[in-house]
Amino acid sequence: MPSEALAGSLAPAVKARRRPLAHLLMQNAPVLLSLLMLAVSLFLYVAIFLATQHHLPGGFEITTTVNNTMPLAAAAAGQSLVVLTRGIDLSVGGIIDMSNAIAAVTLQDSAGSMILATMMILLIGAAAGLVNGLLVAVGRLQPILVTLATLSIYQGIAIRILPQPGGSIPQSYTAILANTNGPWSLVYVVLLCALWWAFRRSGLGVAILAIGNDPVAASSNGINVLRARIMAYVLAGILAAAGGLFLAASATGGDATTGDSFTLRSIVAIVLGGVSLFGGRGSAIGGVIGAFIITMIVNLLFFAHVNQLYESFFEGVFLLIAVVAASGIGYLARRRA
Amino acid sequence: MAATAGLVPAVEGIGLSRSYGGVRALNNAMFSALPGEVHALVGENGAGKSTLIKILGGRVRADTGTVRIMGEQMSFSSPHEAHRAGARTVFQELTLLPWMTVAENLLLGRPVRNRLALIDRAGTERAADQMLGTLGVTHIDPRALVEEISLAERQVVEIVRAITQDAKILFLDEPTSSLVEREVEWLFGQIRRLRAAGTSIIFTSHRWHEIRNIADRITVFRAGKEVGTYTELDEDHAVTLMTDRRVDALYPARSVLQAPTPALEVRRLTGAGVAGASLTLHKGEVLGMGGLAGHGHRELFFMLFGAARATGGAVTLDGRPVRLSNPRAAIRAGIALVPEDRKSEGLLLSIGVRENLTLSILRRVSRWGVIAKRQEQVLCRHMSDRLKIRAAGLGARVGALSGGNQQKVLLGRWLLADCRILLLYDVTRGVDVATKHEIYDLIMRLAGQGKAILFYSSEAEELAHLAHRVLVMREGRIAAELSGEALTAERIVAAAVRDHHAV
Repeated sequence: MPSEALAGSLAPAVKARRRPLAHLLMQNAPVLLSLLMLAVSLFLYVAIFLATQHHLPGGFEITTTVNNTMPLAAAAAGQSLVVLTRGIDLSVGGIIDMSNAIAAVTLQDSAGSMILATMMILLIGAAAGLVNGLLVAVGRLQPILVTLATLSIYQGIAIRILPQPGGSIPQSYTAILANTNGPWSLVYVVLLCALWWAFRRSGLGVAILAIGNDPVAASSNGINVLRARIMAYVLAGILAAAGGLFLAASATGGDATTGDSFTLRSIVAIVLGGVSLFGGRGSAIGGVIGAFIITMIVNLLFFAHVNQLYESFFEGVFLLIAVVAASGIGYLARRRA
Repeated sequence: MAATAGLVPAVEGIGLSRSYGGVRALNNAMFSALPGEVHALVGENGAGKSTLIKILGGRVRADTGTVRIMGEQMSFSSPHEAHRAGARTVFQELTLLPWMTVAENLLLGRPVRNRLALIDRAGTERAADQMLGTLGVTHIDPRALVEEISLAERQVVEIVRAITQDAKILFLDEPTSSLVEREVEWLFGQIRRLRAAGTSIIFTSHRWHEIRNIADRITVFRAGKEVGTYTELDEDHAVTLMTDRRVDALYPARSVLQAPTPALEVRRLTGAGVAGASLTLHKGEVLGMGGLAGHGHRELFFMLFGAARATGGAVTLDGRPVRLSNPRAAIRAGIALVPEDRKSEGLLLSIGVRENLTLSILRRVSRWGVIAKRQEQVLCRHMSDRLKIRAAGLGARVGALSGGNQQKVLLGRWLLADCRILLLYDVTRGVDVATKHEIYDLIMRLAGQGKAILFYSSEAEELAHLAHRVLVMREGRIAAELSGEALTAERIVAAAVRDHHAV
């Protein structure tokens, strides 16, 4: 040890180190908890499926589940980025509507058109997010108000583009984003998780988390709060637009209003995924897991023959149970620690 | 320091002014510190020390005036720019990110990256481990989240982060307020090492023995302006300079104890952190509680206030057993707690002094369920005068008051609620000397009026001067009782650290 240490040591003889397993469990508790919830809802789903269909869910069920979840998974991943900065993005639904509508009217059955339209739609999503971000970060306005307003505006634009449900999505586009022959879209799930993994280790990722931890402290540490906050909304816009593309691909057509429900569902998904609404804690992976939990619940209700009109009622009940369970387990964990 | 003439100051503030709202926090103030010196800033709370440090550290901008670092004029618009100029600050409000790991916090401004330009977690942890290890801090796990470590450990991490950045100038705003003796020793060791390396260290503290121990020069601030810079300054003189009025003695004379009537008796109280504590508190008595942090005082105080659960033992009040199952029961029984952290425990910061004072006696100042404004006003005015609460008025937001005055408001609330047992938990921590003096006075007057006061302090000196008796707690038990001749600061400290075998 260098001589500097002689300047005074604070050391008790033992090093304070947790065992690696306990450490892993403690620090990833929210994500592990949402995985547990996913496992429980999956188990219930399989049980009910077995009871009513008299066989196990097979390839078809897995494929539809993944394809149905992708739009929400993308939107929730974006929502989690904004919520991590202590913000909220209510315009997610409007951006999905826009992206969905534009896809329905522009996509042609050629590789060039598909690539070009996809890029354009993602850019429009980014622009929509940029508007949110500028108003929130530079205009210093409340995120909830800004995005509530832009939600309506984006919805209006979407309706203008596609007044009636319709348009058509080329089959080859569906085959890429929502292939019905197999759960190929799992690739995108893995991609989303991998992107988060890398993002968490980038300067911007750390900055976004730091803002959510404590904006003043973040700026004292030399973090460009303004830029990171704007970027969170931009990325959320891009991911919501991607969600709209997934939605268009799996519906094989456009509808400028189907995106509306995604605003609240994306928030439910990130809460189920362990993202703190107070910011600074959680991950986009949690949002993706949350999206799958919601799909599981919807499937479960379907096979339990619950009237679709009661779907949101049961979703609400499940959400409450999940939140109570999560805080209960958190409380027990802290008491033991 | 002897050979200081002709040296370029490491940091200089010339004619600095800064107002918040209508309040002048700093008024044409001058300050300079030399390379290789430890410079203490002292003054009452609100005298402008923290504002000065914030300006010099780049956290806030001065309205007017100049900042020079190494003779070069600066205009900081962010702490980041101050960092680049070589000035680092440990602010009073810590700037660690609570839900990130210690390692991430330590390396926030200089990430360890891998080949893909992504932040290398393992590398970050290794680097953090090394930073901590070099400074002799091995009890903090770099992988722990900041929210998982104690306040003192956070302070240590904050200090480690600042001093491992090769700063030429280091500002420490009350770095010792949440540290225990051993950690203070450690910090002073580091400060001496940095001083020898030519770093200029500027710090604030309300603990005079620390200032005496480490400072080369002392600058006194009063009302937003410097009073003077001294190489030798004793405490009484300093207090006089800080307050601009003569303070005869910091500690008032002890009140005379009448025939001892027990007011509060605690028998073998047990619960989390407390392992069978027994004590008797008499009417008109100031019963001191001493000992190292983490030995159960806090828990005991909270149990007596009904805010923590006791699993065993008995409490009697004026000879009658009481159940203290929640704070409401305790207040009704006449027991009040003034904790050290009034921000999170008891006061509503965003509302006025008046509303805070009458919060517990709303029924008494109300007629037909509506607050009788005039009666409330009279009561509050009276209490405010009695406690010398210094506020812009009874309507002033409590959050805008200084720490010491917030304590007084909380104390005032309990006095209005006719509490007879006052549990004062480290109420003078972070409070400036002049206000401390007023609080001491107040404690004595209240004892003289028959209130029974249980007084925990982390400063043995205070206990030795104010308490009639002192109980020292160790590992959740009362380990020693000191009174009369034996009641000295040295004996209190000795009793607090001595282990069982050596007694």
